[in-house]
Amino acid sequence: MSKNPFPLDKQGLLEAYRTMRTIREFEERLHNEFAKGDIPGFVHLYAGEEASGTGIMMHLNDRDRIASTHRGHGHCIAKGVDVKGMMGEIYGKAMGSCRGKGGSMHIADLSKGMMGANGILGAGAPLACGAALAAKFRGDGGVGISFVGDGASNQGMFLESLNLAAVWNLPAIFVVENNGYAESTSRDYAVAVDSYVDRAAGFGLPGVTVDGTDFFAVYEAAGEIIKRAREGGGPALLECKMIRFFGHFEGDQQTYRGKGEVEHIRAQRDCIKLFSDKVVEAGVIKRPELEAIDKEVLKLIDEAVATAKAAPMPAPAELLTDVYVAY
Amino acid sequence: MARKISMRQAINEALDQEMTRDPTVIVMGEDIVGGMGGEGEKDAWGGALGVTKGLYAKHGDRLMDTPLSESAYIGAAVGAAACGMRPVAELMFIDFMGVCFDEIFNQAAKFRYMFGGKAQTPVVIRTMVGGGFRAAAQHSQMLTPLFTHIPGLKVVCPSNAYDAKGLLIQSIRDNDPVIFCEHKNLYGIESDVPQESYAIPFGEANVVREGKHVTIVTYGMMVHRAMDAAAQLAKDKVECEVIDLRTLSPIDWDTVLDSVENTGRLVCVDEAHPRCSIASDVSAKVSQEAFKSLKSAIQMVTAPHTPVPFSSALEDIYLPSAEKIAAAARKTMAN
Repeated sequence: MSKNPFPLDKQGLLEAYRTMRTIREFEERLHNEFAKGDIPGFVHLYAGEEASGTGIMMHLNDRDRIASTHRGHGHCIAKGVDVKGMMGEIYGKAMGSCRGKGGSMHIADLSKGMMGANGILGAGAPLACGAALAAKFRGDGGVGISFVGDGASNQGMFLESLNLAAVWNLPAIFVVENNGYAESTSRDYAVAVDSYVDRAAGFGLPGVTVDGTDFFAVYEAAGEIIKRAREGGGPALLECKMIRFFGHFEGDQQTYRGKGEVEHIRAQRDCIKLFSDKVVEAGVIKRPELEAIDKEVLKLIDEAVATAKAAPMPAPAELLTDVYVAY
Repeated sequence: MARKISMRQAINEALDQEMTRDPTVIVMGEDIVGGMGGEGEKDAWGGALGVTKGLYAKHGDRLMDTPLSESAYIGAAVGAAACGMRPVAELMFIDFMGVCFDEIFNQAAKFRYMFGGKAQTPVVIRTMVGGGFRAAAQHSQMLTPLFTHIPGLKVVCPSNAYDAKGLLIQSIRDNDPVIFCEHKNLYGIESDVPQESYAIPFGEANVVREGKHVTIVTYGMMVHRAMDAAAQLAKDKVECEVIDLRTLSPIDWDTVLDSVENTGRLVCVDEAHPRCSIASDVSAKVSQEAFKSLKSAIQMVTAPHTPVPFSSALEDIYLPSAEKIAAAARKTMAN
């Protein structure tokens, strides 16, 4: 066995792979099930972006909170939300993470520190500041992490949050998952500055840009930023440059994308392929070990879909419950 | 022991007592301390109208001045509430709600339902409401109906110091998000307020005057004008029952319906605009539930469907007056 050149031990590497594979399988399956007409509502898939969420979340525990985006399935899985509950939620079933009342865009599990996917772009940034503020008051070393896409990075509430976090020196981290598109609008059209590091500097925050398809680049950059925040060093911005395998939402024809763009990125910039090749070539993990995980993940997703499809819908009485804690 | 203090002092006392009782209560807002980062004194303002003055000396960093970034800090209060704190965020004027509404109506209000009952968001947003301050169109509105429309929010609007203290304590202890509306023209009004801590339950209206002829339902500063109208009418032997709703969400329908079943006449008074207002809401409910008790058409006295004007000559006729309320009550008696 070769010497491990990676920042994670073998077990950690396998865990990272399993998380990324689970996200990929979950999203690819949703893509197929949606095409069959089985999935209600709006669904935004994270496939292609797995290295970002996974590389960041591997540094976190349940007391660390994240505020996710509309494209939240990957964040949920990486943060430890139950996959079967998620699938049930996406099918609108009573056994779903939110008992069928939230759907794809609102999956949450506060016990896991997952404060919710969010249908309002940029709205998670102030919430993550609040999570960071709560952690600061408790003095528990927790952090609050906000995810936005390049699109929501233009929202006022996101930009206000950068300043607030800097002014209050919060253990808050702002991750910009730059996949090049705000829905159908190119990042270069809609964001005036070339570099998010410059934008962060304008708000008094350190910023780092990494190749978001490189798990190890994300993992190491996130590790430093999170450690710094835990130790009272304050907020930071992390830009992960990444790619979106699917459209903005399922059903998006993606006519705005270049010819052959998706085929090219799938062939050349698939973060899971890149990860696998690296760990196998380094001789730390053998290909069959990864393939064994693939099989387990496939089984998990098969079960999740079957369970969700067979599960009962919420009872009509559910319509009127949970509006308030006390009425 | 009760003594006379102003609504401003009563709110300050409620915050002080709750911050003392519960270390998870934190207070944030623009200039709620005042003077932060400057060379002069800290706690220079204690809020734009001095409501939080003196709390910084007692509770220190649990009071936080914020940048002028309502979206960020109201959202941070919501986020902290979802993570186990009990933040009280001051939004200086309810009119500023426009710049942070998402964090209130799409986030705080929906977490519990949207997350399948697994979240609670015990945040209080204290905010100044109402006209009569010559503060013009963007600092004078009574936007309570915007919030009562949203499931998941509780909406409170006290009319006096006693209620303000008890309702604010309840708001802080409540596990749902609360919009706590403080009428800026009532801050100086004094009433008997016990020193000790007490909570007034939500959804319990207060019958501030009993009467058998006409029911007047209102809240906030309009309670005082309705009482003035009732005093005028009493001279003509018209006995008004004045109901102070105190909380608009939840709302105490039973007290309203019981009263109308006795009087058979209803005047709904609201400082908000007439359409989709608390007044129109009460009117609709009574029409549905107590139609047979009604002896005459329900009357509404509200602000007009205009922005709040600046000039005193215009603002004075913009706000519902005791005379207009009395005239409406007489109209119900004409049939």
